[in-house]
Amino acid sequence: MSGRRHTIWWIVISLVVAVYALFPVLWIVSLSLKSAGDVANRKFWPTTVDWSNYELIFTGAAKDLFLPALVNSIGICLIATLIAVVLATLTAYAVARLDFPGKKFILTMALAVSIFPVISLVTPLFRIWSAIGLYDTWVGLIIPYLSLTLPISIWTLAAFFRQIPWELEQAAQVDGATSFQAFRKVIVPLAAPGVFTTAIIAFFIAWNDFVYGISLTSTSAARPVPAALSFFTGASQFEEPAGAISAAAIVVTVPIIIIVLLFQRQIVSGLTSGAVKG
Amino acid sequence: MSVIELKNIVKRYGDGYPAINDVSLDIAEGEFVILVGPSGSGKSTLLRMIVGLEDITDGELRIDKELINDAAPRERNLAMVFQNYALYPHLSVAENIAFPLMLTKGQYSKAEIDERVNRAATLLELGDHLDRKPANLSGGQRQRVAMGRAIVRDANAFLFDEPLSNLDAKLRIQMRTEISRMQRNLAVTTVYVTHDQTEAMTLGDKVAVLKKGVLQQYASPQELYDEPVNLFVGGFIGSPPMNFLPVENVDGALHSPFGTFSLPEARSAKLREAPRYLVAGIRPEDFHDAAALDEAKRASGALLTAEVDVTEWLGNEVYAYLPFEAAPEIRKALEELDRDLDGEGTRTQVVAALDPSTAVAEGDEVQLWFDPAKVMVFDPETGENLTRDPENAQRLAEASEAARRRALDRAREQQQRA
Repeated sequence: MSGRRHTIWWIVISLVVAVYALFPVLWIVSLSLKSAGDVANRKFWPTTVDWSNYELIFTGAAKDLFLPALVNSIGICLIATLIAVVLATLTAYAVARLDFPGKKFILTMALAVSIFPVISLVTPLFRIWSAIGLYDTWVGLIIPYLSLTLPISIWTLAAFFRQIPWELEQAAQVDGATSFQAFRKVIVPLAAPGVFTTAIIAFFIAWNDFVYGISLTSTSAARPVPAALSFFTGASQFEEPAGAISAAAIVVTVPIIIIVLLFQRQIVSGLTSGAVKG
Repeated sequence: MSVIELKNIVKRYGDGYPAINDVSLDIAEGEFVILVGPSGSGKSTLLRMIVGLEDITDGELRIDKELINDAAPRERNLAMVFQNYALYPHLSVAENIAFPLMLTKGQYSKAEIDERVNRAATLLELGDHLDRKPANLSGGQRQRVAMGRAIVRDANAFLFDEPLSNLDAKLRIQMRTEISRMQRNLAVTTVYVTHDQTEAMTLGDKVAVLKKGVLQQYASPQELYDEPVNLFVGGFIGSPPMNFLPVENVDGALHSPFGTFSLPEARSAKLREAPRYLVAGIRPEDFHDAAALDEAKRASGALLTAEVDVTEWLGNEVYAYLPFEAAPEIRKALEELDRDLDGEGTRTQVVAALDPSTAVAEGDEVQLWFDPAKVMVFDPETGENLTRDPENAQRLAEASEAARRRALDRAREQQQRA
């Protein structure tokens, strides 16, 4: 009896949390499907499903603002993620496996960097970037994004590497592998789920950034989507741009959902079971 | 098949404490050598130094005369079976076994690798599991995959680090026989680490007993059993372990808590200059129930009288436990010995392994008969075995070496025929 009641409670709590978390998303979806006249009508559902907001950002007036921003976002975030994951993999491996002076310092500094408020860095960065010509360029965003994504990537991957039995690498070396072969043939395949997870987290962080995006760019040469959204205007100056912004928000959320669904299986860990007697 | 020589090997960690202190071993071609000792004796460290996973602080390690102190593990061509198996979880059984061959860039063709993997798998009865992942195997199967990875290549030697400690008792005995058979058939030099004296005695051509990083004795199992050099080896080898009785040495007569006896003339030479308080070692199986013996036999040996505290009936034997109070002069030495042997309490009881036909029951006063010629006497200070017979030890060593050579020759003949 008590077991069933327990289950019911869990279902109720989960539903409450799910509704609480997903309600705003649903609202955005609804808003993006409203026609210009409906946006301010104080109703939750659109009176008619209207795709004009999507047309506006892909083919309409907002096209020149949105499409380059989408390209910028994808390019900048992918490059930042790739660099962060490669560097973090090597760093985390060293941190997890080797004993060297300053190991603790590296981890502490990484943590300190990640909790440093972004807003306090933006102004000095703006001045420096302007001076050295990185303002409004991809590189000018990739570098600060690395400072956001590297620390968390290092911490996540180091935790992951620590779970891989040390003995596997030693076994590989005894079996005739060089250190690098042991890393490539044994550690990397086992670490793959961890690397995927880290890559996705890093990508999200970069993808969601707004402060750097709005402050360090001025044209569509490098402006990412979150910043571009704030430049949206309605179809005419008398219209609210809320519908178009919602449509753009949905469009930039979809890739994230697709990525998570695609790599769901890789994210599942537990691949290391069976290596050693637990 | 290689000769491995360890000369004055020392391992010191950061704090300067030697984990391995001046160990020298000669391991002959095709020999099965066991490194045995309680926890903290440095046996695994020594093995890892041989394979190259630990640096050698001092001393010389040679394989086939070649100094390899600083060689990387892969340059030593040694195969190792790890305590936790260390299988690659992302690879199938076949890929795990083939792993060492795949690393030898082009030395083996694809067909050759397949053939070798199949041969190893057949030998270890893994043929049906080649496509499975380690996660889907039982403990015994994982263990065999780990062995397969070792035997698939032509390694200079096999190294085993407590390979059976994760298996249950029944499987352990089975695998023990399997390892013994495999080693003898392949005739490959083998170094095997264990803390289990039964494994050491049953598997090894020679056994190196280690205590706190120091080699105590390196000899055949029988020599360790019959002629241990000191109290530690005597107490470590044998199951149930050797009994240690505190005795007072008065003009060659030994007074124990259970009665007085003396050793035969030939064995008591060293006792005359020995200290007053000594430790007498008697193996449980050397005790017999005096009630079951005839008068002539009783007169030929010594008798101890004591009260039986607990008995344990095992079918083929009865263990009778007889507690005693150790004299304070000896107690310290006995307690220290017990700690060295990983014991829990102090050893102030005697265990007698009696014939199951005995009528001895708990609470009875019992007379135990033993042959004084089988008693060993140890100096409690130095631990030295005062009754050790070097000539007998020599004879045992020669006999064991001769038996090993015969077995090796037979294995080689068979290999040539095959």
